Amino acid sequence: MPEDHRFHLDLGSRFENIELAQVVLRDTLDQIGVDEDARHDVDLAVREAVTNAIKHGNEQNPDKQVHIDLLLEGDDLVLQIADEGAGFDLSSVQDPLAPENILRPNGRGILFMRKFMDDIQYSLRPGGGTVVTMRKRLAGPKS
Amino acid sequence: MRVTTRTRGDVTIIDLNGKITIGSGDIALRNAVHQAIEAGANKLLINLHEVTTIDSSGVGELVSAYTTATNRGIRLKLVNLPDKVADILTVTQLITVFDTYDSENDAIASFQ
Repeated sequence: MPEDHRFHLDLGSRFENIELAQVVLRDTLDQIGVDEDARHDVDLAVREAVTNAIKHGNEQNPDKQVHIDLLLEGDDLVLQIADEGAGFDLSSVQDPLAPENILRPNGRGILFMRKFMDDIQYSLRPGGGTVVTMRKRLAGPKS
Repeated sequence: MRVTTRTRGDVTIIDLNGKITIGSGDIALRNAVHQAIEAGANKLLINLHEVTTIDSSGVGELVSAYTTATNRGIRLKLVNLPDKVADILTVTQLITVFDTYDSENDAIASFQ
């Protein structure tokens, strides 16, 4: 299936840059014609993925970047968020819905991403780091 | 995020307006709750009516506020949850932890 690459963004590892990513993302989703509910879901999932990349991947190292790509594959919106960290062990993440974790103040980011996107895959980034690829099935983008 | 604190009777109400997200709104929420507790509040109501976005860090701050308050014998409740916020508290199963109300009057009455 042909890919339609809509944007690439390189961000420094600072939390304030999450808002910059959100502005670019929102503009792009508007151009594609994504409805408000889907925009909310994608917005939140990207926010969590970029937060994880800055916080856990790059450990807020200002010399490391977060790379964001958005593309369309048919009716699928595909977002890739890559960090330059040491890699990521999904099995180390505790279940935030387990009774003993319900009142923990953190550990819910991946739950949000899984809930609000249709598919999430993790892979290693060539040269080091983690890539999270998230898909959202769109109900008929306008362009 | 804009935060204002007011009282109705013996209930301290924290009104939140905007995003409760990492690096800004989450810290503002934490500070507001701590200030209210330090000021002697023992009935806390967080009004989420004007909250536009909440991320996992914001949810974490709500949980921290709840545990901090509960550990000190302070009752903390939520009111006026926008649909998106209610959805997120449902996803995280925290909707079963918090006392939530659709109206401020009902929430105030529940403290009595």
